[in-house]
Amino acid sequence: MSKPFLSIERLTQKFPDGQGGELTVFENASFGVEKGEFVCILGHSGCGKSTIMNILAGLAEPTSGVVKMDGMEVSGPSLDRGVVFQNYSLLPWLSALKNVIFGVKARHPDWPRDKAEAHARDFLAKVGLEGDVVHRKPSQLSGGMRQRVSIARAFANHPKLLLLDEPFGALDALTRGTIQDELLKIWGGTEQTVFMITHDIDEAILLADRILLMTNGPFARVAESVEITIPRPRNRTEIVEHPNYYAIRNHLVHFLGSRSKELAGQKVDGDDLRPDTVRIDQAGIVTDSPGDARSSPRLHAVND
Amino acid sequence: MLENLSINQRAAILSFVMLVVGLLIWEATIPAQKTAEDLTEYELLMGLGEERAGVPPPSDVLAKAWEQLSNPFYDAGPNDKGIGIQVGYSIYRVLSGYIMAALVAIPLGFLIGMSQVAYKAFNPFIQILRPISPLAWMPLALFVIQDSEASAIFVIFICSIWPMLINTAFGVAGVRQDWVNVARTHELGSLRTAFTVILPAAAPTIITGMRISIGIAWLVIVAAEMLVGGTGIGYYVWNEWNNLDLTSVIFSILVIGFVGMLLDSAFGVLQRAVAYAE
Repeated sequence: MSKPFLSIERLTQKFPDGQGGELTVFENASFGVEKGEFVCILGHSGCGKSTIMNILAGLAEPTSGVVKMDGMEVSGPSLDRGVVFQNYSLLPWLSALKNVIFGVKARHPDWPRDKAEAHARDFLAKVGLEGDVVHRKPSQLSGGMRQRVSIARAFANHPKLLLLDEPFGALDALTRGTIQDELLKIWGGTEQTVFMITHDIDEAILLADRILLMTNGPFARVAESVEITIPRPRNRTEIVEHPNYYAIRNHLVHFLGSRSKELAGQKVDGDDLRPDTVRIDQAGIVTDSPGDARSSPRLHAVND
Repeated sequence: MLENLSINQRAAILSFVMLVVGLLIWEATIPAQKTAEDLTEYELLMGLGEERAGVPPPSDVLAKAWEQLSNPFYDAGPNDKGIGIQVGYSIYRVLSGYIMAALVAIPLGFLIGMSQVAYKAFNPFIQILRPISPLAWMPLALFVIQDSEASAIFVIFICSIWPMLINTAFGVAGVRQDWVNVARTHELGSLRTAFTVILPAAAPTIITGMRISIGIAWLVIVAAEMLVGGTGIGYYVWNEWNNLDLTSVIFSILVIGFVGMLLDSAFGVLQRAVAYAE
């Protein structure tokens, strides 16, 4: 089987627990992300989602294990891996436009000022920010607008992998809905590979091609990879009517509600530690454990 | 009628009233000197007809101010220079010492703020050197430098370095990790990170330190010039005291306050320019 575009192999993170011992947040977490795929990761607080994100971004080093992108081992931060942080991380002394130009200039230091500005304005317009509003400082923007600027800054750089760390966590439900739509719109035209952390099950179903489920920490691991069998383009009001929607949603709720606890702390043996692939379609749930069918880790065609 | 005015207008009126009342009280409490005709023969024999030094009334100070400010740059020998020249010397000394201090303190503060090892290594020296009264350095400076002018500048240098150094280190160390992460994920080199992220992020704290420093430098220059002598507003105050010209002393005190206010407000403008809201 060929390696996926992004491959996380046996990632382990241990922190000192403050009493001389060690706390293992997650152990041997392994999964892959294909090119152009939108993957969400769901799990309870403390399972190490943000740590995985920081490792992917190159801002933190794992205790052991490797991350490979395009076959190359990832070390340190890079423009190829764009990050949208939960707290927006805009530079407060720069206007919205200049924040995006800051990113564009970092990517293309040789571009003249007006070209960089046109590019930045273009991407701000894609998230619905046009006119005078782009000259405002982040403190003069609402939380939703700030996150749009942050998304525009990330997309404008065309990273090979876009990392979203609970980007809508601090927003109210209505704003979140609008920006999810903006995100889908800007993502739709780009074939951008996205890896996103979220707490919100509905958000994950709306956005993702695949959802990775993590068991509770300590010793958390990526237990399942749930395919979202709802065709695109999706839209918030229509997906709920799709027959697979509630089946998937129930599966996720059930996992987070009880199975994440039951599976916690269970060590998996063997060398293939990839998560079980779960595909939910009208016909029912089919689980494909990598131990049974190593050659075809994904099961297709359930009900045709 | 007052209700229609803005807070600023009301405050301005109140300030003006306080000024006028204060000046009137001052003027009224100065006892008028009796003229020779009003004195008894005994008083004349006791020498009370001579003009006596006393705290001058504000009207005299105003007259003095008018006289001095209408020709601020005259130079009639070492002991008689216009107020403009004296203030000019003081500002020159303050700025030379201050700029040298900034050139040392801001880069060094950056280094100390960026590295915990440097912070801990420099900290004991800073803590011991900082509380030393700048004038305590004067004898040593005079001996080592052998030049009173340069010694005064050195005293300004040594007193203005600490607030700038400490605030720069504090500001740089306190830059939010999120912003540093933005620089890292954009692959900025350390120099570009320093100038495009850390400097603007720490600028309000740095400028606050610079503002404190210029205030201290202006306080210290007056005392330093009293010691060093020759020129400058501090020397001018002391010289007029020796001349028993209290009108000039009061006038120069007011000039010191006014120039200090101007220096401070210049940094106030700078502070507003680099301020940002999170």
